[in-house]
Amino acid sequence: MTDRGAGAGHVTGGGGSPQAARPDRVRERAGRVSLRLVALAYLGAVLLVPVGVVLYKTFEPGPGAVWDSITTPAATHAFWLTVEVAAIAVPLNAIFGIITALVLVRSRIRGKRILEALIDLPFAVSPVVVGLALVLLYGRNGWFGPALSDAGIQIIFSLPGIVLATIFVCLPFVVREVAPVLREVGDEQEQAAATLGAGRWQTFWRITLPSIRWGVIYGVVLSTARAVGEYGAVSVVSGKISGETDTLTLLVEKRFNNFDLAGAYAASALLALIALVTLLVMSLLNRRGRTA
Amino acid sequence: MIAATDVTKRFGDFVALDHVSVDIASGSLTALLGPSGSGKSTLLRVIAGLEAPDAGAVVLEGVDVTAVPAQQRDIGFVFQHYAAFKHMTVRENVAFGLKVRKRPKAEIRAKVDELLGVVGLAGYQERYPSQLSGGQRQRMALARALAIEPKVLLLDEPFGALDAKVRAELRAWLRRLHEEVHVTTVLVTHDQEEAMELADSIVVLNDGRIEQVGAPRELYDVPANDFVMGFLGPVARVGDGLVRPHDLVLRADPDSGTIEAQVERVIHLGFEVRVVLELAGGDRVDAQLTRHEAEELELHPGDIVFVRTPGSGPRARPTISLA
Repeated sequence: MTDRGAGAGHVTGGGGSPQAARPDRVRERAGRVSLRLVALAYLGAVLLVPVGVVLYKTFEPGPGAVWDSITTPAATHAFWLTVEVAAIAVPLNAIFGIITALVLVRSRIRGKRILEALIDLPFAVSPVVVGLALVLLYGRNGWFGPALSDAGIQIIFSLPGIVLATIFVCLPFVVREVAPVLREVGDEQEQAAATLGAGRWQTFWRITLPSIRWGVIYGVVLSTARAVGEYGAVSVVSGKISGETDTLTLLVEKRFNNFDLAGAYAASALLALIALVTLLVMSLLNRRGRTA
Repeated sequence: MIAATDVTKRFGDFVALDHVSVDIASGSLTALLGPSGSGKSTLLRVIAGLEAPDAGAVVLEGVDVTAVPAQQRDIGFVFQHYAAFKHMTVRENVAFGLKVRKRPKAEIRAKVDELLGVVGLAGYQERYPSQLSGGQRQRMALARALAIEPKVLLLDEPFGALDAKVRAELRAWLRRLHEEVHVTTVLVTHDQEEAMELADSIVVLNDGRIEQVGAPRELYDVPANDFVMGFLGPVARVGDGLVRPHDLVLRADPDSGTIEAQVERVIHLGFEVRVVLELAGGDRVDAQLTRHEAEELELHPGDIVFVRTPGSGPRARPTISLA
């Protein structure tokens, strides 16, 4: 407290005298320490406490009860459905995202601004609206609904619908992470590779991809987190059929509404686990890319 | 030989190259010299295949390569900002062109070690570019370009990002390297001293056109026009003509054809003394004297002197090249 008092005094004093040097340093240090405290307190309040409480509540009834609660047929199905959806949506968005970022940054096409705005659309549109739009397109009475059901393809209330909704809401992440990195790296390294005899494909694999890999990794991690955590759009198109089209987030909500709080916490912990595994896998991949 | 014929390149409304034709002799070291925006870098990039010309043709060693992409032209290109592959070690950087060409591993290893010796980076094989200084990065980039044994070596302001001392060292080093390797080399620079020091032949560009082509001394002594004269060294305007400051002769007494002038400042630059003069007509010029000449005249600000220009009298001094 005395440090802070001295610091505050110097802010108004201006520190013109020669003796000001030492108190100035003290003030600087006090400033840095209080900045760190603010940052840590903020993180603690909004991040660590809620996540900690969920974990604590999960394991409160004992590990046996947790295990039982996440191994019910409904829960295991929801878990694998969530993984499946993410495993389809995230790689698709990663590939599409890298291509789109390359087009946005490297090419000189017209209508780039429009393309950029389109990419951000999923950020701007509420996920519920996305779900509704999909129902309007592919639902039983939607534009393509009758033709699809004649062909025996069901999209709404089944896996394709959930995947489509997830792709839509995760669309911007990889593009938005990769495009600034591409811009920052510039294209001189690619030009150098070309003069050394590398074709487009070789240049992409050996030069472009390694230099943007951090952007790709962050984009994939964010996409995965969003994909496994998506609720609004998925809840509209999935139909929430237990053991069939329930994802983990839908299961959490369902259990919560049915006063099965312990079950809801356990399913939430499972969601957190998926996110952690993604982070781990990506950072391992990155390290291997570095040494190879 | 490198031959560019009638090359035109526009960027939107800006004409970077305006019907440029130039021949560059095999084994020579040629400098493309000009101010920024003169088209010198664009010409180099057209030769490399990094830019496609809107019109005209590029011929490398007898083969028309206008439609050939950069990766098949067998050129070495060195960028101003090194374009080092940041995620690769020095060894991997230099080996890149050979790896792409699928050469045997042992051969690549030997070649890389040899080249790193040539550019003075032996022992740096396993470092990353971020662990090298600017000069070392540029030497690595040169080794990388030379590894594929290119038909021509193209350097785009290779020393532009380096500080003055390193730049001077690398210039001398590049000249020696050229004498050893003898690959046809084209260097882009806006620094006339660099061009004069390094090149056998200089192509002066301005506004997307070639102003003059010739040996450094030829350009300095017989410039085709005022632009070339002004770009290749300091000039003083006396009446309607341009002269070199060191061609002005100062006299204490008037003579036929001399111009009266008042000494404004005397600046001592070691051996050389620069005298700022205000001519009778009101023009201000710099005259460059040796220390000895200046001491003989005992010049002080405010003194009246008489200036003789090279063309103004029977005893005009012959032009002496600084090159």
